[in-house]
Amino acid sequence: MNKVVANADEAIRDIKDGMTLLLGGFGLCGIPENCIAALVRKNVRDLTCVSNNAGVDGFGLGLLLQKKQIRKMISSYVGENAEFERQMLSGELQVDLIPQGTLATRCLASGYGMPAIFTPAGVGTEVAEGKEIRNFNGKDYLLEYAFDADFAMVKAWKGDTHGNLIFKATSRNFNPLMAMAGKITIAEVEHLVPAGELDPNEIHTPGIYIQRIFQGAAYEKRIEQLTVQKRN
Amino acid sequence: MLDKNGIAKRIAKELKDGYYVNLGIGIPTLVANYIPKGMNVVLQSENGLLGMGPFPFEGEEDPDLINAGKQTITTVPGSAFFDSAMSFGMIRSGKVNLTILGAMEVDENGDIANWKIPGKMVKGMGGAMDLVASAKNIIVAMQHVNKAGESKLLPKCTLPLTGIRCVKKIVTELAVLDVMESGGFRLLERAPGVSVDHIVKSTAGRLLVEGEIPEMQID
Repeated sequence: MNKVVANADEAIRDIKDGMTLLLGGFGLCGIPENCIAALVRKNVRDLTCVSNNAGVDGFGLGLLLQKKQIRKMISSYVGENAEFERQMLSGELQVDLIPQGTLATRCLASGYGMPAIFTPAGVGTEVAEGKEIRNFNGKDYLLEYAFDADFAMVKAWKGDTHGNLIFKATSRNFNPLMAMAGKITIAEVEHLVPAGELDPNEIHTPGIYIQRIFQGAAYEKRIEQLTVQKRN
Repeated sequence: MLDKNGIAKRIAKELKDGYYVNLGIGIPTLVANYIPKGMNVVLQSENGLLGMGPFPFEGEEDPDLINAGKQTITTVPGSAFFDSAMSFGMIRSGKVNLTILGAMEVDENGDIANWKIPGKMVKGMGGAMDLVASAKNIIVAMQHVNKAGESKLLPKCTLPLTGIRCVKKIVTELAVLDVMESGGFRLLERAPGVSVDHIVKSTAGRLLVEGEIPEMQID
């Protein structure tokens, strides 16, 4: 078993134009910074990116948007990003906005080997347009399909050479779900250790879901909204 | 008439010991400041935390620990982290006891619009559609009228909907109202110094006013 690659560039070597990518993170928290930087360097284009948010100007997925590498974004909340807004309003960028729980559960379904889910989110709204509705126990639910993505890119706190992952605090968010949902999943980690060093009781994502793992470098971990209180 | 903090204070009176509560962005966030002393309420942040604490002290912020508004926060004793699917799982399965969120419009049927203004920048629904579709107990914190003085409590929402038949209770700067099973708003309380007549004039949707309407008790 050899899942360890040297760096992000090697991990994403076979990502091609037009592919669909799942990217973990919530806002700028827990995003695969190294993989995003490598995608910018590789200059792959016409990407469909599934991620809860779309980064900010100059960071996160904002870096890919800046170079017009993304053709379509599937997200639940966007618009902390002037370039995103410009591309969306001009029609250069397709944007599919979907409920956050639907986004998460469509990943989960994929990783659990289920083709679709039924969710009440969006019933009676424009999200439901064109979708199958089923009534269970007197309540309507929308049929939503599992994601079918070429690659997933996730960021974990610790990982081992078998691909087992542990996430820290709320940087977990979409990462374990997207990790399960990629045909090929790349994990970048702050601390890569030999198999056996992580306590099996504490693993969040079992290594079977991870095909490539590498020790990340130079994490910026930008804070989007710094809120603090003063000491008395 | 109440200010934003007044609305939050009134909503805090709806909290009960042992409640798991999801607070939306804006006025709902302020409710956290008015949880009665000694009451154990656990705040859920849908990005993956139960037991949201106050903002960190300067210098102690952790970029890996944020709330759904992307603000740096802290945990409290008894906190737990989880992924986004489980987060919405506990919302959909009705484990979260109370959801408090803002709105641009609500209507007589309990429909709510709070995510999109066509023609303007569209930011997305985030978790709002999941929350309103599932929560059994939703309180809306909102302004009764817009800046032009027009009612935001309508016969029918005009903006794109977030969810249908979901709003149970509304707290505004003027009043506390509920949405009746059969449709229509019912006036429950008026804000200090606000007349029933003022509330009637500020409510475009059907409004039931029955008997004496008490003044809100806030402090």
